[in-house]
Amino acid sequence: MTAPAIRFDHATLAFGGREVWHDLSLAFEEGSFVAVLGPNGSGKTSLLRIVLGLVELSSGSVEVLGQPPRRGNPGIGYVPQGQVFDRDLPLRGSDLVRLGIDGHRWGVGRPDRAVARRVADAVASVEATAFADAPVGRLSGGEQQRLRIAQALVGDPQLLLCDEPLANLDLRHQGEITELVGGWHRRTGRTVLFVTHDVNPVLGLVDRVLFVVNGRWAAGTPDEVLTSERLSGLYGSHVDVLRVHGRILVVGEAFSAGFEIEEPHHLPAVDHDRPDAARPTQ
Amino acid sequence: MIGQLVHLLGYDFVQHAIEAGVVIAIVSGVVSRFVVARNMAFAVHALAELGFTGSAGAILLGVSPVLGLLTGTVVTALFIGALGVRVRERDAVVGVVMAFGLGLGVLFLSLYQGFATQAFSILFGTITGVSSGDVVLLLSIGIVTLLALALVYRPLTFATVDPEVAEARGVPVGLLAVVFLVIMAAAVAEAVQVVGVLLILTLLITPGATAERLTAAPGRATAYSIAMALFSVLGGILLSLLTNLPVSFFVTSLSFACYLLGRFVVGPMLVGRERSKGRFRSGASATAE
Repeated sequence: MTAPAIRFDHATLAFGGREVWHDLSLAFEEGSFVAVLGPNGSGKTSLLRIVLGLVELSSGSVEVLGQPPRRGNPGIGYVPQGQVFDRDLPLRGSDLVRLGIDGHRWGVGRPDRAVARRVADAVASVEATAFADAPVGRLSGGEQQRLRIAQALVGDPQLLLCDEPLANLDLRHQGEITELVGGWHRRTGRTVLFVTHDVNPVLGLVDRVLFVVNGRWAAGTPDEVLTSERLSGLYGSHVDVLRVHGRILVVGEAFSAGFEIEEPHHLPAVDHDRPDAARPTQ
Repeated sequence: MIGQLVHLLGYDFVQHAIEAGVVIAIVSGVVSRFVVARNMAFAVHALAELGFTGSAGAILLGVSPVLGLLTGTVVTALFIGALGVRVRERDAVVGVVMAFGLGLGVLFLSLYQGFATQAFSILFGTITGVSSGDVVLLLSIGIVTLLALALVYRPLTFATVDPEVAEARGVPVGLLAVVFLVIMAAAVAEAVQVVGVLLILTLLITPGATAERLTAAPGRATAYSIAMALFSVLGGILLSLLTNLPVSFFVTSLSFACYLLGRFVVGPMLVGRERSKGRFRSGASATAE
């Protein structure tokens, strides 16, 4: 068996004395499509930053692709939380994608046919060829997001991290972006860590869920985690998990633990066809 | 007029001015691209004014004003780098440091007798008055700055346009911010020779700002920016020689003319073409916004 793509072992993260999450122990096998769920401020982005080697755990350990995390790990592709580019920024989509190949290297960087070829292939794989030479700041949110995904994938990563890639997109574009990530996952059989607070668009792709709330966490298949009992335990107050028209809605009035659910969380419908997926170590 | 020009070009001081001008223009062209993209106009201004303090101090002590200028800008850059790495903090720190430094400049000014001419040339530029010793110094600073720029150009671009992914890919974003401040300090010390402290932005903002209007291709934008800085500096020196009017007046005029032309005439034409090429090349019907 291959090593897990990501393994947390008794990992705790604390900022300024407040524990973001406590004693996290789990492993996601290679090829998993993991949705990282939870309300704002529950440390989802911090989790990605730990995997990227940008933030250190307060205690415990983590392994990424069989090694301790390190900055600039070429095995990881990263789609950051969406910030739109300035309208007048002199940068084309293809330039953005190219930065994903050699932007971190010292020097000026010369035109290179092989590199240009890889950029063109990556751009084509996200169907962005038509607008890849336009100023990136003038493109729509969905077009910019396609190019960001091309940038993340152009280095042929083993692990793709996406931080709220669907924020600020309308439903149609959410579907398109989801299909791109899902398509890459199916083709390559590699691992995806998908941070989101609204996962309706990734319905049917997800085979593992990590739910973090208020310092507590639960991981497993969607079926195991997304139940009224489990989430009520996490939130520390009564929460209902409803299945409506193939969707899962989490509805609660959880104020008791000093935490507030601002909006219902849309959780994915459960895919029953993946019995081979990883078990959490807990 | 041509004859007069050829005659003037024979003079050592003119050749020095042109040599220094070429290096200064290239440095300014590249640096101004990043100054514009990183929103650092205020920091440039502060560096220049504290360069004034440095050179006023140097004149008072009887050492090279160019060296004093460079010391002033570099010390300021390191100060700003140490105190205000985060963007929101930066402007406040720059303002705080600039106010104090200018206060020192006033002190030096009042302590030195007969300083008026010197002060005038630092404030408004003196390129045709550079001594041959200073030309060597300016060329060395310029070449070292260009080498440093060439080394960090690509990761600095990454950190400027896409800081989050750059950081994740291992680019030392915070360190590069400080390195760029020091590069900027050297560029300011150089550009002050041509246009002076008060007109510094004409070389460290205008070329980069104009280039952005002409193209969305980053490499091409840098090339345009360099070309524009060269045109303004060399044109300014020659026009000043012919008319005996100040260099800085001509440099600022030429660079402003470039900006107006780029922004309202050439830019809309070029970028329109670039955009339609990029957007509709394969007959796609995608539309922006």
